[in-house]
Amino acid sequence: MMNFLEESMVKFGVDADDAESAIEAAGKLLLDEGLVEQTYIDAMKHAYIDNGPYFVLAPQIAIPHARPEDGVKEASVSFVQLKKPVVFGHSANDPVRLVFGLGASTSDEHLTLLKKLTGILNDTNNIATLKTATSYEDIKNILELER
Amino acid sequence: MKILTVCGLGQGTSLILRMNVEQALGDKGIEADIEHTDVSTASSMQADYIITSNELAESLRGHSAKVFIVNNYFDMDEINKAIDENIVN
Repeated sequence: MMNFLEESMVKFGVDADDAESAIEAAGKLLLDEGLVEQTYIDAMKHAYIDNGPYFVLAPQIAIPHARPEDGVKEASVSFVQLKKPVVFGHSANDPVRLVFGLGASTSDEHLTLLKKLTGILNDTNNIATLKTATSYEDIKNILELER
Repeated sequence: MKILTVCGLGQGTSLILRMNVEQALGDKGIEADIEHTDVSTASSMQADYIITSNELAESLRGHSAKVFIVNNYFDMDEINKAIDENIVN
């Protein structure tokens, strides 16, 4: 099974006051599933502090991640839908509503997961669904298409 | 033609951009050698074009490649337009 937006790796209506707590929330879903170490979440936050918000790669969408050697056990993608928009400091794509935590690995699976995620997010209808969803049931259909 | 897609770590964001740039170039029938990498590696690499976000473009100033920006990595219209405006085939 792929560690790709499984029900336990998805959370809706999450409260986050700032970018770091939003990153933490997405990272924690990976940590709780045993897919990354705590060091990886710390590295995700450091990457934001050091390199800026470039990973807010579309309007309202952030994909925080760090390096495989920072503590990834398995390639993985989690999802946090924020209750309130959070400013990350990106010049074009702020504020953020959708956060995908990426457990980056050097495996082929990493590429497969990113292809799936890109397949989903290239469709603006899917992005609209992710913004309004309140439960896993609501997003199941768009995930099925990419499985 | 050598194209780099660039992000902070060279692991995730630049790979997503690369996939969609490859798709766009393929649709246009433009042949190119595309690699994804991080900012510091990109600085010492030879390339004709670099595609990145506004946030990182500044640190690639002075690179011999033509640097251009995509804001929405999932918007194929924006990617196609950026390619049409910047890449001379």
